[in-house]
Amino acid sequence: MRLELGHILINDVQFGDVSKVENGVLYVNKEEMKALLLQDDHIADIQIELAKPGESTRITPVKDVIEPRVKVSGDGGIFPGVKNKVKTVGSGRTHVLKGAAVVTAGKIVGFQEGIIDMSGIGAEYTPFSKLNNVVVVIEPQEGLTQYEYEAAARNAGLTAGIYLGELARNLTPDEIEVYETKPIFEQANEYPELPKVGYVYMLQTQGLLHDTYVYGVDAKKIVPTILYPTEIMDGAILSGNCVSACDKNTTYHHLNNPIIKNLYAQHGKEINFMGVIITNENVFLADKERSSDWTAKLTEYLGLDGAIVSQEGFGNPDTDLIMNCKKIEGKGVKTVIVTDEYAGQDGSSQSLADADKAADAVITGGNANEVITLPPMDRIIGMLDYTDTIAGGFNGSLKADGTIVAEIQIITGATNELGFNKLTARTY
Amino acid sequence: MATGNSEVVNNAKALSIEVDKMSKLRVIHYINQFYAGIGGEEKADIKPEIREGFVGPGMALNTAFKDEAEIVATVICGDSYFNENIDEVKAEIIEMIKPYNADIFVAGPAFNAGRYGVACGAMCKEVQEVLDMPAVTAMYEENPGADMYKKFVYTVATGNSAATMRKAVPALSQLVLKLAKNEVIGTPEEDGYLARGIRKNIFEEKIGAERAVEMLVKKLKGEAFVTEYPMPAFDKVVPGKAIKDLSKARIALVTSGGVVPKGNPDRIASSSAQNYGRYDISTVHDLTSETYETAHGGYDPVYCNADSDRVLPVDILREKEKAGEIGELYKYFYTTTGNGTSVKNSLAFAREFTKELIADGVDAVILTST
Repeated sequence: MRLELGHILINDVQFGDVSKVENGVLYVNKEEMKALLLQDDHIADIQIELAKPGESTRITPVKDVIEPRVKVSGDGGIFPGVKNKVKTVGSGRTHVLKGAAVVTAGKIVGFQEGIIDMSGIGAEYTPFSKLNNVVVVIEPQEGLTQYEYEAAARNAGLTAGIYLGELARNLTPDEIEVYETKPIFEQANEYPELPKVGYVYMLQTQGLLHDTYVYGVDAKKIVPTILYPTEIMDGAILSGNCVSACDKNTTYHHLNNPIIKNLYAQHGKEINFMGVIITNENVFLADKERSSDWTAKLTEYLGLDGAIVSQEGFGNPDTDLIMNCKKIEGKGVKTVIVTDEYAGQDGSSQSLADADKAADAVITGGNANEVITLPPMDRIIGMLDYTDTIAGGFNGSLKADGTIVAEIQIITGATNELGFNKLTARTY
Repeated sequence: MATGNSEVVNNAKALSIEVDKMSKLRVIHYINQFYAGIGGEEKADIKPEIREGFVGPGMALNTAFKDEAEIVATVICGDSYFNENIDEVKAEIIEMIKPYNADIFVAGPAFNAGRYGVACGAMCKEVQEVLDMPAVTAMYEENPGADMYKKFVYTVATGNSAATMRKAVPALSQLVLKLAKNEVIGTPEEDGYLARGIRKNIFEEKIGAERAVEMLVKKLKGEAFVTEYPMPAFDKVVPGKAIKDLSKARIALVTSGGVVPKGNPDRIASSSAQNYGRYDISTVHDLTSETYETAHGGYDPVYCNADSDRVLPVDILREKEKAGEIGELYKYFYTTTGNGTSVKNSLAFAREFTKELIADGVDAVILTST
């Protein structure tokens, strides 16, 4: 399966009479976009706001971030099984508005949404401060259940992403990246001298605001399976998940999975990248046992020599991570695991809820409990009403002048476990 | 012109010497009877004393401080005496050093001398806690004092014998100055101390995914690599003894599922809890959506908010109490959110409220998590 990603580089976003991309500027017709999103009966009102790098702007509570993409050739459409027919994606050509994103925000569903600061120290912790963001602030209809509201907010973000992505359909990309993975035997034979490496991609699947969707299927209900890496670049995996926003994968993270990109970067040089095994992180022990048995079985079945295992979340999923690591190592497949830490605000506590000596190669996204002071911002998109109660905040987090003292857990994507960031932790 | 310039320079130099004298950091040094030249094992029982200025290895240390700091006094104590009278000695030494108004306390180096190492670590910890003064020691990594105190006290790594004194002094003096001047301390490798087990965030040159692929390539080739998080040793908790007769047992409910009276009166955080709550349920028979909810931010709260008995089974225990299957449900429940809450905080909470449970004659605890 071969995919070309055509990047149209976006360096500014503005409102305009017609939605279009011209000379690297994304113009958004606010009223047209709003009318499209208000077609959903669950939504009472929508505000569209723009947030650019370097502005004194804070977005909260953030639910998801979506990169605008459109499929211009090859089977299927972006976000298959959810926004387009459930065709297998991952081949042909896809255009991307690189440097732009849709951010969904608004009244909280749970306690679990995050913060994006566009400048100041907080901006250093989130990759989304570097993007030209079109923020969709959602006001749900009264009387919706939390599940209905979450689904409506998730859908609004995807709809907005498709609306903007469509603007790239007929543009000439500024740069084109090509990714290809061949059918299994062919791929194995292409670089017979190189170690065969796979990627075990753990998806958070624990209920409301903890869910992930694969071709429209709630990933709680999958058994581990194999995907071509390029399917993920076309939106095969979508986020319904922002609990403790620092280490949850937004849809943007899935579309731009850096482990996949870095495995491709070494493909044919140091390794033979064979493909992706997706698995879930369910709450029941039987599910954990079954899924970790199956990931190990699939690494063996694919004849892998090595695998990177990435976690999503912390605490309960630490057990899934360690079970995966232990069982895959047990098959003689060498692993590196990617996680983050909850070592307490002073960093002196143990970082994970589970451990095993097989996990001797660990990459960490940092200690999510570390406390940060976010300076006040001139403009708030969304609302600060929930700052003290969302995960990472505490009683007194929000000061009178708008300063926020909270754990970095509160920042969307701060300790991402796909290795998206430069942050790490060291023992002092 | 030339004369004028040199005068200015000379004046400035004189002035800076004057300032240095006034602002030299004041150091108290702790050593044992052996390094004080009093004697070996046969003198290990001498009581603590304090002398003005430096003694023994303090001379090298004092020289290494150059003009930035000076040892104003040296505490000397026998190793056996210290370890056999540890609480009294610590208090006594604190009183001895108080009048010196020092900026920092330094103990050792103790190299591989076990009792000396323990004394150095214990004394540094005490000074930090009681006098709120920075303290630093130095010893060999296998010294038992290192294991006991490196978590609390910066401990410069030395060789295992006094033969390595020449190497130990520069590292120790540098860390003393850094701490006394309240400068940022680098990694254990950078500043030569034994890792204290404190995790701190830093920004790397490369993103995590690139580091992960590089690490895997090294591991596949059998090359050396450094894990970013060495796996900790986990506590194994031995289950309590079985209760022989439940019908007489007083049973308490404790949860990390975040169940709280509606409105979360003690503001327990939705993640990384810094406190726990104790709530009276002596007259409660059922938790309802009007009276209880969860403060927990790490699981789907809908089912718990609809009926908190699902996480904290008060209703069932009341039934069992009525039926005589259990003696009694304890009058309070204890609760916190387990979500993102450090093991250290969890241990501290439990240590505190377990005393109340024991004092009130609770026989067993049902601990529910989510």
